Amino acid sequence: MDLRNVTTPPSDRERVAIDRVLADHGFAETDGTPGRTAIGGRSAATRRDLLLPALHALNDAVGWISEGGLGYACERLTVPPAEGYGVATFYDQFSFEERVEVVRVCDDIVCGPYADQLIAGLDGIEVERTPCLGRCENAPVAFIQQPGFRRTEIAPASPQSVLEGEPTSVDTHIGVIGEAVLLARVGSVDPESLDDYRGAGGYQALSRALDEGADAVLDRIEAARLRGRGGASFPAAAKWRAVAQAQGDKIVVCNADESEPGTFKDRVLMEADPFAVIEGMTLAAYVTGAERGFLYVRGEYALAERRMIDAIEAARAAGLLGEDVADGGFAFDVEVRRGAGAYICGEETSLFNSIEGLRGEPRDKPPFPTQEGLFGLPTVVNNVETLVGAVAITMDKDGNSKLFPISGAINNPGLYEAPLGVSVAALIEAAGGPTSDVQAVLVGGAAGKFLLPDDLEVTLDHGTEPPLGSGAIVVFDTATDMEVIVDRIARFFRDESCGKCVPCRVGTIRQVEALERLGNGAAERETLDDLAAVLRDASICGLGQLAAEAVQSALDLELIGGPSD
Amino acid sequence: MISIDGVDVQAPVDATILEAAAKQGTEVPTLCYLETLTAASTCRLCVVEVEGARVLAPGCSRQVEEGMVIKTRSPRVDRARRMVLELLASSVDLSLAPELLELAEEYGAAPERFGEVRAQVQLPVNTDNGLYVQDLSKCVLCYRCVSACGDDAQHTYAISVTDRGFGAAISTEFGVALPDSACVFCGNCVAVCPTGALIVTTEYDMRQAGTWDEELQTVTRTICAYCGVGCNLDVHVQDNEIVKVTSPFDHEVTAGNLCIKGRFGWSHVSGPASPD
Ligand SMILES: Cc1cc2nc3c(=O)[nH]c(=O)nc-3n(C[C@H](O)[C@H](O)[C@H](O)COP(=O)(O)O)c2cc1C
Ligand code: SF4
Ligand code: SF4
Ligand code: SF4
Ligand code: FES
Ligand code: FES
Repeated sequence: MDLRNVTTPPSDRERVAIDRVLADHGFAETDGTPGRTAIGGRSAATRRDLLLPALHALNDAVGWISEGGLGYACERLTVPPAEGYGVATFYDQFSFEERVEVVRVCDDIVCGPYADQLIAGLDGIEVERTPCLGRCENAPVAFIQQPGFRRTEIAPASPQSVLEGEPTSVDTHIGVIGEAVLLARVGSVDPESLDDYRGAGGYQALSRALDEGADAVLDRIEAARLRGRGGASFPAAAKWRAVAQAQGDKIVVCNADESEPGTFKDRVLMEADPFAVIEGMTLAAYVTGAERGFLYVRGEYALAERRMIDAIEAARAAGLLGEDVADGGFAFDVEVRRGAGAYICGEETSLFNSIEGLRGEPRDKPPFPTQEGLFGLPTVVNNVETLVGAVAITMDKDGNSKLFPISGAINNPGLYEAPLGVSVAALIEAAGGPTSDVQAVLVGGAAGKFLLPDDLEVTLDHGTEPPLGSGAIVVFDTATDMEVIVDRIARFFRDESCGKCVPCRVGTIRQVEALERLGNGAAERETLDDLAAVLRDASICGLGQLAAEAVQSALDLELIGGPSD
Repeated sequence: MISIDGVDVQAPVDATILEAAAKQGTEVPTLCYLETLTAASTCRLCVVEVEGARVLAPGCSRQVEEGMVIKTRSPRVDRARRMVLELLASSVDLSLAPELLELAEEYGAAPERFGEVRAQVQLPVNTDNGLYVQDLSKCVLCYRCVSACGDDAQHTYAISVTDRGFGAAISTEFGVALPDSACVFCGNCVAVCPTGALIVTTEYDMRQAGTWDEELQTVTRTICAYCGVGCNLDVHVQDNEIVKVTSPFDHEVTAGNLCIKGRFGWSHVSGPASPD
């Protein structure tokens, strides 16, 4: 290929930041010779997978991505600058104009009512509105990015707390209906202590797996009917089995990109019980024979990422990751990769592309990840909660236990655990009941559906209506303007569409426009239904396919737009 | 054995639905797909119904599987195609894509219903070089040019898709001018562009002046004399002047691709043209 490099040189700080991050990833040549630590697939000749970490290094170090900085990253990694730019501009967190700092203020469905006031109080500071930051239980939420590798999550946020830049100190309220399985250790062990984790039963599942063998683990997970908690409810055992049976190198990916509005369950698990996530990945690796693991965590989860990195290091130091895991005769290690502000990168194939240093656009399926996943290798990709569930099931716990992040107009917003089959009403009651009269409840986040107050006895499970999705529950009271909420959801999909396919790239923007006309009294139901049909039927991935769900349910329930026709 | 529109068809295992349908004589409309390039499956015009599948399948990339029951037309398929066409026609200037406009009419697309105040792709015309023009308000983001410039043909990687969602666009790094980018002006991106968003400067200028008239043009097949590769050239001549050079896609070696000399090197025959 004719690589033409950007001619502007990087600044010293940019050069150091890139050299350091590449060296940290075992790619140390500074003489410009392309590395040959190939993994396979398209990036065989280079470490293209280090592009995203390199972009973060630039943005973290100096606050933005300059031509010189990007050019140097591309040169080191033998990435054509146009492609590097195409990748960098995909993500919300990167700036291409010089800036000192940016405060991101959540204006999504839970924080929305507070956003204007918060922003008004931050006069003179660069503010960007963002979708859900995953701390909805302590709304309103802000996230600060500053040069010098500083990222701060603030919840609840006030102008004062943002200006002081103090990280959140408020814990997430925890509640359990029945037995605590997934939350058993949350709040009771020190997340920074491997000994604590072990003292509370940690790593017993891995020991048991090593004693009984991979098949026994698979059988147990299958018998427990563990299904994916990332939204698609796919049976976990089927995935693991498929990859176990595949030949050659394999990979385990933990999907910690959690960006579904209203959802904060994976964040709590990572912050409060990080070793359980690692144990879950290790279990999957043992069962499938994968030697490499990746944990892809969303870029706004600074604390969760820190906790995961520290826990991985502690596990490695204790021989629980590495060449011979737990003296069990198998190798496995985990790398953490950070997202950069793109909901779509939670879609499994987008996530692979993102790690591979490509634009985070989905791939058509088939081939499925278990056939051709990350770097083209057979891959198990599981949600954080699914992996923690697998650990619990291996110790004979109930595989039916599910996490429900509950927020909005509710007395005790927080993270709740309950057996599947629980009713929405029971969950709302467990969370202290609504703060005032309920107008509607959104189940499953932006990709989910609304319920009316009379329908709250409905139960939640895999494969039933309303779809479980991420398990997120957001309560809206009668004072809420549902038009504003539905419009925010429609704009979420418009803003988060990757743009690859026509139905979603154009359809999501047309949906926003049609809703606006509807709000002005126009008859738009037919147009909205046609948009919903093409989104659902012809979009490449789940983002487009579900982009009209909440809108359609709001129309059907007459939460917006008057009587349906 | 698979079934297409109720007819049993034999198809090789690695055939796409599109290929299997073509073999049986059924045409499925396409936009982003081009035989010489890896299918990116971005437009979704070619969607078909596969029995038992939750959503429609892109015919251009989905491979047939034993026992597949496929419908290339159905109310669901037609509605999706009509909407894809409606979405495109409402957002992009399709004036140089007559086949697409015909299809839009055939499927009953009514882009007007999205109102006057609607988002449209409006990008400035880029004439930063003397050889080809980027008029990206006509871009449907089929990704063909990126594939042609990159992995599929040219391996130059001068252009990429940048940004996200409706703001996504074809661009060089930081939007630098093409002569300052890696572009070698092979024009292979121009050759594959289905909508005239990438167009050779002579054609662009003549269209602007209203003098472009394909009825008056002759196309003569010849062999490029610049080097020993021997690429086929189709020389388009209007009023005794060469107005454009293309290369046949069905050529097994060059597959429609040329280099700057073959595609643009005729300029000394009739007039000035250079990258800068
Ligand atoms: C737009 C979109 C976003 C997604 N985001 C996430 C996410 O943040 N976390 C997650 O685990 N799964 C997410 N998924 C689902 C993943 O594609 C995939 O199904 C999941 O990671 C598989 O793990 P599981 O089987 O354990 O649920 C998303 C899917 C789509 C279509
Ligand atoms: S459905 Fe949307 S997010 Fe998914 S590939 Fe298409 S444009 Fe991208
Ligand atoms: S003219 Fe050739 S090198 Fe330049 S952008 Fe097009 S395909 Fe790439
Ligand atoms: S410029 Fe042309 S070839 Fe390139 S993506 Fe747009 S429409 Fe396709
Ligand atoms: S953090 Fe604001 S809505 Fe979730
Ligand atoms: S032709 Fe198949 S998706 Fe475009």
